[in-house]
Amino acid sequence: MLPIRVSTGGKVPIYRQVIDQIRSAIVSDRLRVGDSLPSVRALAGELVVNPNTIAKAYAELVRDGVLESQQGRGYFVAKRREIYTKKERNRRLQESMEPFLAEAVSLGFGEQEIVERIQKQLQHMFSS
Amino acid sequence: MSDDQFAIQLRKLNRYFGRKHVVRDLNLRVPKGQVTALLGLNGAGKTTTIRMLMGLLAPTRGHASVLGEDALAMSTGTRAKVGYLVEGHFLYPSMRVRDCQSFQRAGYPTWNDHLFVDIVDHFGIDRQAKVSTLSRGQRAGVALALVLAPDPELLVLDDPALGLDPVSRRALNETLVEFAGNGKRTVLLSTHLIDDVERIADRVAVMVGGRLKVDTSLDEFVGRVSMLSLPESSIDADQLASLTGLIEARRLGSGTTARWQLTLVDVDESATNQIERLSGTPPERMEATLNEAVLAYLVRERGDGSFFSKPLIAKANEEGATV
Repeated sequence: MLPIRVSTGGKVPIYRQVIDQIRSAIVSDRLRVGDSLPSVRALAGELVVNPNTIAKAYAELVRDGVLESQQGRGYFVAKRREIYTKKERNRRLQESMEPFLAEAVSLGFGEQEIVERIQKQLQHMFSS
Repeated sequence: MSDDQFAIQLRKLNRYFGRKHVVRDLNLRVPKGQVTALLGLNGAGKTTTIRMLMGLLAPTRGHASVLGEDALAMSTGTRAKVGYLVEGHFLYPSMRVRDCQSFQRAGYPTWNDHLFVDIVDHFGIDRQAKVSTLSRGQRAGVALALVLAPDPELLVLDDPALGLDPVSRRALNETLVEFAGNGKRTVLLSTHLIDDVERIADRVAVMVGGRLKVDTSLDEFVGRVSMLSLPESSIDADQLASLTGLIEARRLGSGTTARWQLTLVDVDESATNQIERLSGTPPERMEATLNEAVLAYLVRERGDGSFFSKPLIAKANEEGATV
């Protein structure tokens, strides 16, 4: 099972940290379609967080079509499918790009450099 | 939500000690199946509130009910369903751990010896050891095992993490997460450790000077508190005081870079417009972390009548309905 780790005191709520780590594990193929996830209680115990927080993270991942819950068997990585409209996907992409690009530009990276770094990161993600 | 969905209901609870008004018009409902954290500075009235809801102290005015019964007249059957950990992890020093176990077991109709042993083991405690030889963390473990072994429906913990080392603190949190894990048991705990609250609580209640200033879910609390930053020279303190929703204002830095860091509740467009009109500059906005949101309430602790510290009560509660 993938190691999930959470920290407190930051701007990202714990349920969001759990969601982000599961999503990124799926994108980088550390979790594959059909893989099972720990139960809500097991993961809550492991991370020492309120079980409702884990339940909330799983519920959001199920709603977004990332996980599926099978009655009595637990949570599994779902087959990838498009559940958003094209417009919504574009909006979400835009929303996540803005802070990233603002940070990159303010750190002094030029256009070419940013594009290259993104390409490199994508290659790394898909090759691992 | 109907009344029986709350484990604890406090209505207009007040308590004086002499002329000192320690708890003021406290209305608090603790929903069943959730973990509620009660925060506040020392002296804010947390322990007094807990003692009143445990029926150990009569309110000067107001009413406390626990599991549907008047806190001052709880039946023994109901009392056995409530686990209460007093502040300071008190145990009789001359007893051995296993004596504490059999002593407490005799007082409860339900008692789970396996659970007691599991918790004591989890804290690394030898059951043959005398209480007087235990560390603070180990005493906390025994005290916790004693309240959990009867499998209470409601657990009330008064500052359980007080004086614990990091390992015992983790063991405490693990035990609480495990205990609350089935969603049927209710926990109310007072604490100063905001990081632990972020991990284990569903709801947060903040007391300031005897009053309840915050009572909502963790997510709603963090979602409704924001921070704004403004150049110090652009606005004066009197103008700040008139801002809608201001919880706290801090002056940071000095000279030309000095600025106000404002913490506000429910900042919407009209609030930012108001600030921009007063100061002449659009404020820079940041989301607050749980730490920052709680601290903003605690820092401004004043006796009474402060215009700061706008209360943040769950929207659902304000409207007479509940969450």
